[in-house]
Amino acid sequence: MKISALSMQNKISPDDFAPLGSDFFGEESLNTEEVGYWKASWQRLKANKIAMFALVIIVVLMFFAFIGPMLSPYTYDQQVRGDEGMWPCLKHPFGTDRIGRDLLVRCMIGTRISMLVGIVSAVIVMIVGSIYGSISGLIGGKVDIAMMRLVDIVYSIPEILLIVVIKMIISDPLDTLINTVPAFYGLRRIGSGLIAIFLVYGCLYWVGMARIVRGQILQLKNLEYVTAANALGCSRSRMIREHLLPNCIGQLIATVMLQIPSAIFTEAFLSYIGIGVAAPMASLGSLTSEALNGINSNPYRVVFPAILISLIILSFNLFGDGLRDALDPKMKK
Amino acid sequence: MANTVVQNQQTAEKGEVLLEVRNLKKYFQVRTGFVKKTDLKAVDDVSFFIRRGETLGIVGESGCGKTTLGRTILRLEEPTAGDILYEGQSILGKDMKEYRKKMQIVFQDPYASLDPRKTVGDIIGEAMDIQKLCSSKEERRDRILELMRLVGLNTEFYNRFPHEFSGGQRQRIGIARALAVRPGFIVCDEPVSALDVSIQAQIINMLEELQETQKLTYLFIAHDLAIVKHISSRIGVMYLGHMVELTDSSELYSNPLHPYTQMLLSAIPIANPDVSAARKRIRLEGEIPSPLSPPSGCPFRTRCPKASPGCAGRVPPLKEVSTGHYAACHNL
Amino acid sequence: MQLSRYIIKRILLAIVSIFAIVTITFFLMNLMPGDPFMSEKATEESRQKLIEKYGLDQPIYIQYEKYLKNLVKGDMGTSYVLQKGREVRTIIFESFSVSMKLGVRALILAVIAGITLGCIAGLTKDRLPDGLVRIFSSIGISMPSYVVAAILMIVLAVSWNILPLNYNKPGGWIMPMLTLATYPTCYLTRLTRASILEVMNQDYLRTERAKGMSEFVVVFVHALKNSLIPVITYLGPLTASILTGGFVAESVFSVPGLGRYFVSSISGRDYTMIMGITIFYSTLIVIMNLVCDILYKIVDPRISFE
Repeated sequence: MKISALSMQNKISPDDFAPLGSDFFGEESLNTEEVGYWKASWQRLKANKIAMFALVIIVVLMFFAFIGPMLSPYTYDQQVRGDEGMWPCLKHPFGTDRIGRDLLVRCMIGTRISMLVGIVSAVIVMIVGSIYGSISGLIGGKVDIAMMRLVDIVYSIPEILLIVVIKMIISDPLDTLINTVPAFYGLRRIGSGLIAIFLVYGCLYWVGMARIVRGQILQLKNLEYVTAANALGCSRSRMIREHLLPNCIGQLIATVMLQIPSAIFTEAFLSYIGIGVAAPMASLGSLTSEALNGINSNPYRVVFPAILISLIILSFNLFGDGLRDALDPKMKK
Repeated sequence: MANTVVQNQQTAEKGEVLLEVRNLKKYFQVRTGFVKKTDLKAVDDVSFFIRRGETLGIVGESGCGKTTLGRTILRLEEPTAGDILYEGQSILGKDMKEYRKKMQIVFQDPYASLDPRKTVGDIIGEAMDIQKLCSSKEERRDRILELMRLVGLNTEFYNRFPHEFSGGQRQRIGIARALAVRPGFIVCDEPVSALDVSIQAQIINMLEELQETQKLTYLFIAHDLAIVKHISSRIGVMYLGHMVELTDSSELYSNPLHPYTQMLLSAIPIANPDVSAARKRIRLEGEIPSPLSPPSGCPFRTRCPKASPGCAGRVPPLKEVSTGHYAACHNL
Repeated sequence: MQLSRYIIKRILLAIVSIFAIVTITFFLMNLMPGDPFMSEKATEESRQKLIEKYGLDQPIYIQYEKYLKNLVKGDMGTSYVLQKGREVRTIIFESFSVSMKLGVRALILAVIAGITLGCIAGLTKDRLPDGLVRIFSSIGISMPSYVVAAILMIVLAVSWNILPLNYNKPGGWIMPMLTLATYPTCYLTRLTRASILEVMNQDYLRTERAKGMSEFVVVFVHALKNSLIPVITYLGPLTASILTGGFVAESVFSVPGLGRYFVSSISGRDYTMIMGITIFYSTLIVIMNLVCDILYKIVDPRISFE
């Protein structure tokens, strides 16, 4: 056949229609190495330098808070005679306070408290919020409306006020409990202030999480794979466990990560106004508060706890932002 | 009711009835005002039966209730009224777990119908986990691999995720999932309308093969008349939640009785221009009315060329015009 | 129709919320161990008299009913401890006017500075000003307010000695205002930046440019108008939190505001004061959120009405 020079037709030969050999597909299947959701998210997170740097700082702070006190020759409530009110020196890198307690180890303990508060509160919020939200979203109808009205009401209660009030109420009975019942002796060291924070987080802060989970569930509920699971006879609990939660877990984790700084903020504030941890336990908030009283003579005492608390919140904020970007399903298409 | 008695008599001659639907209604409540709620009649008084081993096609415009019909039959939506009988037993008010092994569904959207976090093996195997069909891990794995071969999937894909597949392959996964419980009856809810035309043929042929080998009965929902004609032994036509015509596939094409069916058929393009030009085309005028405020009487009267004032009176019943040919029109 | 339905729904919800808060606070208060007169150096007899006088010996539901009735009339009772015999609403009114003066200044500063910085960052994306603003705002939202207060005190009052530590001296309001304004400024900066970046990518702005509009018009007339919509949602909670969140700033700088009264009334177990302030704060927050949500629906036609 003669082909015109201007023809748009490609030159074709019978070879082009020969079946591809099995080796062709073999190569292709090697190339399409399976990339799961978590692996892809991790790769995106690794590429985010700021988030990775924040993660390193979080890990370092964890060591500082949980391993550090074991390496220190002092304990957080030990009053070293003759070392009262020292400036930072080799013996006490952060100095000592008015009654001779080593500020380095007190800062380590304070960091530990902040981290614990942040993480425990976030876990409480995640558990309560995701259970409440998924039940509300899954059942739907009148139950959903009633449950969401409750969320709206709880949402409008100013939580700081309630924490303060609840703390005042439970501190006396709680102190009795942890001082008289042997099983609760372990709680004595954290004190009723922290328990009040956890309680209130469990009662109040979950609403934001519940809203997010419900929104996600409502979106997922209408997808056909949920109907498909229904058609296979899938029970409601299996549906939540196997299909709904795994598909919104990414957004859940990101939201929880950003919840940590807010819990740390609250603890710092409460300890600062004197109703957080019980003395002699140290918290970054109470350390700053003590130091501010003598700010004219010893301004350096404010510096370390203030820097530490800001660093903790900053690194959780930055890591949380990075994690949200990495897990965001919109990025994946 | 009289219809079903007649139908039952016939079936004794042609084969056993597997599934029967009697006066099925599915209404959704929709809020239309401050406190006012209106019923959306997605499926309104539909009756039919399906014989073992046959394919009943359901066609109609989008929004006519055919998807709701399919889902209500499986009780994925709870019926408002009516009855559904499987092998002569009503499935209403019963624990569906047993029936989930007998009745399955294949979905329209191959992208939304597979859980993106699960591997192909787990998607197909889920039915066995829920229904506890396999006693050991090896048995489960072997069964999954067998199903994958059955629907023409490469068994190497066992650990892959749905997003790595094309629409046609995903639809094969969806079919394998439905087959996992060894069902007798499958609702195919527009299984090919989201696929490329070349892939459509592959899937349709596979469904036909599977029907032979696995002894399946289909309720095949589609809006594409050509595909429905190809695969179905009988066809039902739906309009605004009502069944307006129901008959054998060849009879429907050669002798459509309801004006709506006649319009649908005349809208099918014909490849031969001479035949096409010679054909008298009936234009389908106007929009499909809102199911929230359907016309009184015959639902089709607002678009029907043969409508008379009498049509507004009552809903025409589905009556047997000739043997095995049912239509719902006052003018017949 | 839809808008008025939404507004009615929201107002009803707000009333229910306030009622719930009043009830919760009232019963929590009564769970609190001890009574307000425990600390007084009084005989058992005179203490009983005080309890009778304030009706604290009556069953709790009668006290509750009485409190609700008075509350509807705007009467929150009298202070038992802190300023004995004075009406709670007078104390709240007095101290809140101090808090509000400070809060409004901080609010104005936060809105102006936050939106300006956010615009600068958004319009110079990935260049130097953007980087600086982002570092500044990331650090700013990570500092608890007492840290901000401490830094301000050390730098401005102790080292440079240009501002007084005492609120009542001239210029004493500047440091509490800066303390209050830091977090919202940084938050608004981030919000505005994100919003501008999103809007700048929209097709309608490309169309404006293609029509030959000057960059100035594109940015300041079209982009800014649309990118400030999400900022509005934050203004409600922001106003409420600035007006009510002065605990730290007020106690560090000895400002005689409502926040400081709240803390001292808790330690003094001043029942009526705690209840009065909690209810006042909560109502303020609920109303702010209400106004803001309604405003948001009116401003942004895309928002659906559930």
